[in-house]
Amino acid sequence: MTSTSVRRNKATGLVVLIAGLVMTGVGYAAVTSTAEASVAMSSQTQIDQGKQLFQQGCATCHGLAAQGSSEGPSLIGVGAAAVNFQVATGRMPMAQPANQAPRKAPVYTDDQIAALAAYVASLGPGPAVPSDEDLNTSDANLAEGGVLFRTNCAQCHNFAGRGGALSNGKYAPSLMNATPRQMYEAMLTGPQNMPIFNDKTLPPAEKRAILKYINELQTAPSPGGLALGSLGPVTEGIFIWTVGLGALLAVAVWIGAKVR
Amino acid sequence: MSNDHKTDVATTGIVEGEIVEFPLPPHHHRLTDTDPRAARRAERQVSTMFVLSGVCIIAFVAAYVAIPETSYINLGPVGTLQTSNLVLGLTFGLGTLLIGIAAIHWAKKLMSDEEIVDYRHPVGSPQEDRDAAKAAFDAGVAESGFVERKMVRRTLLGALALFPLPLIVMLKDMGPLPGDSLRHTIWRKGSRIVIDVTGQPLRPEDMQVGSLVSASPEDLNEIQEAAGDQNARAKASIILVRMKPSDIVSEQGDGWSWNGILAFSKICTHVGCPIALYQQRTHHLLCPCHQSTFDLADSGKVVFGPAARAMPQLPITVDSEGYLVAQSDFQQPVGPSFWERA
Repeated sequence: MTSTSVRRNKATGLVVLIAGLVMTGVGYAAVTSTAEASVAMSSQTQIDQGKQLFQQGCATCHGLAAQGSSEGPSLIGVGAAAVNFQVATGRMPMAQPANQAPRKAPVYTDDQIAALAAYVASLGPGPAVPSDEDLNTSDANLAEGGVLFRTNCAQCHNFAGRGGALSNGKYAPSLMNATPRQMYEAMLTGPQNMPIFNDKTLPPAEKRAILKYINELQTAPSPGGLALGSLGPVTEGIFIWTVGLGALLAVAVWIGAKVR
Repeated sequence: MSNDHKTDVATTGIVEGEIVEFPLPPHHHRLTDTDPRAARRAERQVSTMFVLSGVCIIAFVAAYVAIPETSYINLGPVGTLQTSNLVLGLTFGLGTLLIGIAAIHWAKKLMSDEEIVDYRHPVGSPQEDRDAAKAAFDAGVAESGFVERKMVRRTLLGALALFPLPLIVMLKDMGPLPGDSLRHTIWRKGSRIVIDVTGQPLRPEDMQVGSLVSASPEDLNEIQEAAGDQNARAKASIILVRMKPSDIVSEQGDGWSWNGILAFSKICTHVGCPIALYQQRTHHLLCPCHQSTFDLADSGKVVFGPAARAMPQLPITVDSEGYLVAQSDFQQPVGPSFWERA
């Protein structure tokens, strides 16, 4: 009984807060010109919606004001790009505590993700979600992208972008299903244990070259087929030691068998 | 086998020099030996395989001519692969395999099926041959005077002892001795730090907390062109990471970092793999070769794996123009341990 009433009280507070914010937004809109008002209205509404979603789905770990807790980091200043990456790839909200949040089907719709991103972006300056222009690789240099990928990315994500193991159950995920926007956001924000490749150390043109190279890795056909995960000698060795030697042994047994 | 060859035969009960016939299992004739129809069937099978092999080889030639390189085929779980690769491999492989299978099938079913006994003989030579060899050797020693003529014998032994010396001396051509080059890199006081590949010089404000940069000294390319020394490039590779200054537990030297920016060698101290698997939350640097893990927030010390030494830290500072530079060369040799290293 007590807990229910407490929850009810919290919910009431939330509603009052949202109502207040909405009224503030409406009031602000009322005193500005109509053209600006519609923009401010939609974004303020979006921020309010995002805040509501945040407090329902994220605040348990990240704190009611996104200040962070023992369970999750502060989100002040991580920017919309980080939110879009984490939520659109389904990594957040996490299903259970783990060393690393796995990629899964996203929980929120695109509108809800945009609202969450708008709310977190309103808390402090951070990288914005990259625009279509940021992701336009038509002028990017594929060969340069390959060199940059091998220098900056391949150590963890594998030479073919198939991902690889890190320590204590952490891993660098495969890039085969990642979209250019998600990868751009990952470079900008350094999700989980990935280091940040900010625009000063890896300028946008170089990021686009890397995206073009990864797109090549994702789409280029494999003339030989049966890439065995492109993991190198481990899977190839297992394959040849089991299937290859197994076939040779079977032939040897057949050659030596007595004829009836 | 000689008759005076002594063998301990007490345990076997076999009389010296006697050839023993062990009972052989009864010989079963093959179906193809007894049934002419089965033989004809086997013959047809062998011939069919030879014909199929020929068909495969002709198909190979046809496919080589007919299938364009740009054609791809989707085989579900195997993936999408080049059609000509697949067809050429299958036809040539089958053509070869069928010749082999047909030959073995032929040998097993149709070639003669006689069982023969292959006797085992002693491995050593007969005693008289050994005695003759010994006598010939002794006669040679006596005739050469190798024992009596001490001066000849000793000078011969001396000459033979010196003979391999040129081979040992020529080992020097394997390269100059390393000298102190293993202890130094091309980093020196004031070497500007530039981003690997692009060569862009770095300012501290370029790096966010949590970022990682693979870097090298600015003059790397000149030195490489002048000396053609790939080792210089390899040994000078560094990574820069930036963390919150409050996260740094300890460093290898006072004032070696700049506002949370730390520079470390990129070469693992175990067997020298280049490593940049930096986990920005734990500040751990993992080597993919043998899982050595270094804590960059704590002097680069080894926290896991076979590496015996901390990752060498490069002392850095900022020059008058605001760019990151090295304070000096590494204070520890970079890369794996070596013999003379204390």
